Amino acid sequence: MTFLQRLLTNPRSRVLLGFALAAVLLFAVAPATMSTFRLNLLAKFLCLAMVAVGIGLAWGRGGMLTLGQGVFFGLGAYIMAMHLKLADAGPGGVPDFMMLYGSGVVPAWWEPLRNPVLAVLLVVLVPTALAVVLGLAMFRRRVRGAYFAILSQALAAAFAILLVGQQATTGGTNGLNGFRSFFGFDLTDPVNKRMLFFIAAGTLLVMVAVVRQLMLSRFGELLVAVRDQENRVRFLGYDPATIKVVAYAAAAAMAGIGGALFVPVVGIVSPADVGVVPSIGFLIGVAIGGRATLLGPVLGAVAVSWAQTSLSEQFPSGWIYFQGALFVLVVAFLPGGLASLVSRWARRRSAPPAPGAPAAGLAPEEAPVVGRSA
Amino acid sequence: MATSRATARALPAATLVLALVLSGCGARTDASGGSASSAAASCVDVSGDSVKIGLLNSLSGTMAISEQTVHDSLRLAVAEINADGGVLGKQLEVVAEDGASEPTTFAEKAEKLITDDCTAAVFGGWTSASRKAMLPVFENNDALLFYPVQYEGLESSPNIFYTGATTNQQIVPALDYLKEQGATSIFLVGSDYVFPRTANKIINAYAEANGIEVLGEEYAPLGHTDFSTIVNKVKAAGADAVFNTLNGDSNVAFFKEYKNAGLGPDAMPVVSVSIAEEEVGGIGIENVEGQLTAWNYYQTIDSPENTTFVEAFKAEYGDDRVTSDPMEAAYASVYLWKGMVEKAKSFAVGDIQEAAGGVTFDAPEGTVTVDGENHHIAKTALIGKIGPDGLIHTEWSSGEPIEPDPFLTGYDWAEGLS
Repeated sequence: MTFLQRLLTNPRSRVLLGFALAAVLLFAVAPATMSTFRLNLLAKFLCLAMVAVGIGLAWGRGGMLTLGQGVFFGLGAYIMAMHLKLADAGPGGVPDFMMLYGSGVVPAWWEPLRNPVLAVLLVVLVPTALAVVLGLAMFRRRVRGAYFAILSQALAAAFAILLVGQQATTGGTNGLNGFRSFFGFDLTDPVNKRMLFFIAAGTLLVMVAVVRQLMLSRFGELLVAVRDQENRVRFLGYDPATIKVVAYAAAAAMAGIGGALFVPVVGIVSPADVGVVPSIGFLIGVAIGGRATLLGPVLGAVAVSWAQTSLSEQFPSGWIYFQGALFVLVVAFLPGGLASLVSRWARRRSAPPAPGAPAAGLAPEEAPVVGRSA
Repeated sequence: MATSRATARALPAATLVLALVLSGCGARTDASGGSASSAAASCVDVSGDSVKIGLLNSLSGTMAISEQTVHDSLRLAVAEINADGGVLGKQLEVVAEDGASEPTTFAEKAEKLITDDCTAAVFGGWTSASRKAMLPVFENNDALLFYPVQYEGLESSPNIFYTGATTNQQIVPALDYLKEQGATSIFLVGSDYVFPRTANKIINAYAEANGIEVLGEEYAPLGHTDFSTIVNKVKAAGADAVFNTLNGDSNVAFFKEYKNAGLGPDAMPVVSVSIAEEEVGGIGIENVEGQLTAWNYYQTIDSPENTTFVEAFKAEYGDDRVTSDPMEAAYASVYLWKGMVEKAKSFAVGDIQEAAGGVTFDAPEGTVTVDGENHHIAKTALIGKIGPDGLIHTEWSSGEPIEPDPFLTGYDWAEGLS
């Protein structure tokens, strides 16, 4: 075997190569070839992909059909947006929309967010804490399958309605926008926009690495076991609820971080970004990419967002039909997602599946998930 | 093993650091909080024999049914202008984008139309949320937006031209009309979002100053269709009139329930500010016949300009189509932009802003004039009654165009609103 062949067949060095390739693409090729606008769009897709990474863990690996990730995404996004609004208003200042629609006084629960360090911490802590509380409440009572999905979706609906109703303190349907700076950096400067892209790309790579470690660890094995045979895991002496809560909370934290970065990149967050429809949208990318794989959710989320944008640019009045057709095709012919194409291709070449690599596509473990989550 | 794992993590991190070092840091905002303006220079290309303009309407999602009509009307104006020789001798090239009824999409597509497509001006938007989402984008890039829908006022941006009515051209005249008719009490019904809430704040202030009692203020979520509770409250309150700021589908349910409860235009008229010709058909003529609306344009306006507009529209899109206020305001907005460009003899944003004041257009609604200070336009207020033909007929008119006053500075009772 030549060095190159060894590099390509050794699973660990393949992962390493994959990371290196992704890093080169994101940090060198993309900034060099894309306009500021396109790079900013890609940064937005990467933020959505962060949510997808978490869903891949919770749904693909843990079998929890999380139909309400918009809540955690929204919490992260609104916390960041509130901090940026307060920072723009200056010390002791009042955000512009509160002067217009509210009493002109910053409510007490906004005040802590003036502190940038606290804001960054809360972006992670609030979604995680909420997920732990909800997770304990649901998984301890053995709520799962469709019931869990319905509960999480109802939560997303309630969250969006709550935001709409609080015109004076959350901006209502308008949401929060018009941010001028991000921790002191001018957001209209293209150099700073590129910096935001790098931050998003770096964060996403770290998340993928973390999820990979989680998947390969004992915890990852247990999570898959809980997904496929929860009772057997319980009989072995483990507490499935704890395992699921950890995966659910990790997914929530990733959604929160994705939301927090989404705000400075896109420049706006509104209830339309956190309700039921976007929550399902997150899931579609994951499903199309291949939910049980490591990279499927990321690539799926980016691909779906990219297709959405370019289709709507090409066919502004008919793009939604193309998008629908795309979903139908994938669901009908590639139930394991686009990642299953890779494993089919690998099988056709009759190479034995790499033992260390995460199972891709239509592995036997796939079947029960479909039945349970439907 | 351990080393390769460590490398797996170190590699992206190293690349990140490298990239950060290479890219350096951008401008920091100064301590006072003001941002250093670093908007990219305009990329609009006016050297050829055509110039690009952007149309940004929701062609999908809940607002598509309304915004598609505005989109059609904008295209009609562009086609007419092109057939007539274009603007400063250049043909207009349309770049259309779908706002998808989501504020975030509006912001993204606006950015694309300005920085990627290099359009000279953008026309579109409907909901207040979509306008608020686009405002910082147009201000940061120093570009122009023409917004064609009546709205809640309390806003004025140098980068937006508002060709729909502001509150003193629609809501205030409607209240004047009700007062003139002898109404001493009103009931407010609206959808729960920024326009109805702000409108009702203004109505409350007006009512207090004019001795009109507000007997109730009820909000329903957007898209809400169960109005039995609200209609019961309206009926029990027994006000002289109802002021309706509901939007979209909710109107269908509200007016059906209103009729079922035995209420009608004679006993308790409803004045609506979001129901135009397009919506009457959807609600059902039998449910809204005789009710009142407040706008600045109706299809029934008797003028040569309107006859031409309605005929051209029907010829282009079919005999069964109707024309409404936002459509007319959108149609006028393209011609107003043309007027500004021709007066300025330039497509540059700064030149247009300077030339805008006093530009007029003989619109289907009558002659409209741009206010150079607040970028709104002077419009005539019309109270209409919905007829059995499904069209709206002018019942009362302000007689002459009302100067736009988005912050209601000319009204003593409105002090403290903005």
